[in-house]
Amino acid sequence: MDAKEVITRRVALELRDGMLVNLGIGLPTLVAAYVPDGMHVAFQSENGIIGFGAPPPQGMEDPNLTDAGGGFISALPGAIAFDSVTSFALIRGGHVDMTVLGGLQVDSKGRLANWMVPGKIVPGMGGAMDLVTGAKRVIVAMQHSAKGAPKIVEELTLPPTAARRVSLIVTELAVIEPAEDGLALRERAPGVEIEEIVANTGAKLSIPAHVPEMALIAD
Amino acid sequence: MRKAISVKEAADLIPDGTSVMFGGFLGVGSPERLFDALAARGVKRLTIIGNDTARPGVGVGKLIDAGCVTRVIASHIGTNPATQKKMIAWEIDVELVPQGTLAERIRAGGSGLDGVLTPTGVGTTVAEDKRVLEIDGADYLLEAPIRADFALLHAHEADYFGNLTYRLTAANFNPVMAFAADCVIAESDHIVPVGVIPPDAVRTPGVLVNHLVGRAC
Repeated sequence: MDAKEVITRRVALELRDGMLVNLGIGLPTLVAAYVPDGMHVAFQSENGIIGFGAPPPQGMEDPNLTDAGGGFISALPGAIAFDSVTSFALIRGGHVDMTVLGGLQVDSKGRLANWMVPGKIVPGMGGAMDLVTGAKRVIVAMQHSAKGAPKIVEELTLPPTAARRVSLIVTELAVIEPAEDGLALRERAPGVEIEEIVANTGAKLSIPAHVPEMALIAD
Repeated sequence: MRKAISVKEAADLIPDGTSVMFGGFLGVGSPERLFDALAARGVKRLTIIGNDTARPGVGVGKLIDAGCVTRVIASHIGTNPATQKKMIAWEIDVELVPQGTLAERIRAGGSGLDGVLTPTGVGTTVAEDKRVLEIDGADYLLEAPIRADFALLHAHEADYFGNLTYRLTAANFNPVMAFAADCVIAESDHIVPVGVIPPDAVRTPGVLVNHLVGRAC
């Protein structure tokens, strides 16, 4: 199982029946494939839809039915479409139960940076700042390090996406929960030792006596 | 009732150096024929206001390609390398605004509100040079309203009163922008007789629309 699959299968365990969930572009999108059987989760895309599904078969795409990455999607029974004001009233107003976003860095205060690298890439924040500010739970789904450098750091060196502390960090090595007094190691990935997690983390982790192996959602 | 005008007549209403807000999310729900006509005419020094700058050759990306734009207010330019290139070359000035804040600033501009208090952007670079107000123990940014000289919309159906409907994710910024410009020009997939659109289905009241663009022919 590769890193992305470990992350998405673990994040999927955070889904609960009846949730309204917004998945960020990239890795977080993959979580939609692991909704447990019998559970109803509604996915929102900030360009204006609740209740979208997988891309339709080739040739059956609708040019007016896309996700926030511009990819073609389908509308599931009960889907609704709306404008950007409504979409961000849902997001900022606390009506989205959970968002899963990618990350460039998270620091010991639980602050996320995921929208720009000064002097390198300035794509813009899109809806990320509103999502981190307004969603009830913010899950950061990201690889633990980038080219050997830790992405979990003592203090952000990249511009923060919001002042708010995120709810949970899920990587291919560990599940880490930011709290008022710093980052707590909650789970380790199957076969991963605590030493490996600590060695790849740039911030102090509080480590309880027992760190269980993370469960992963089955197919 | 208003008569539809040609796309060229509509484009000719827009002088150089004006501000133009436009519907669309990565080009979905954008007035493509108006962009084509503006690019063909070679309009200059536009300030454009919209969610993103789509991609080269798509949506408002056509105006970026044709050198029509000197200022962009948007939430995202990452999908258009041409915008980034021109930004780095100082040919285009870019103001990045969080997407929800952009929607609310435009809503304020169109609905008689003189600003928006939002928690989005507090503690980030978005807060630079802005007033932070503490209300009941929480911080909020005071964000200014946005209006434009023109709003260029794309609708699914229009009638000759200018009433508009939208399809699926092609609504995005179109409905709110209809309130926030001095001159609103709507391009649509279909023009139908007055009375055909049920009153409850109208998303943009025709009283907001100044000009309808006629059918493509």
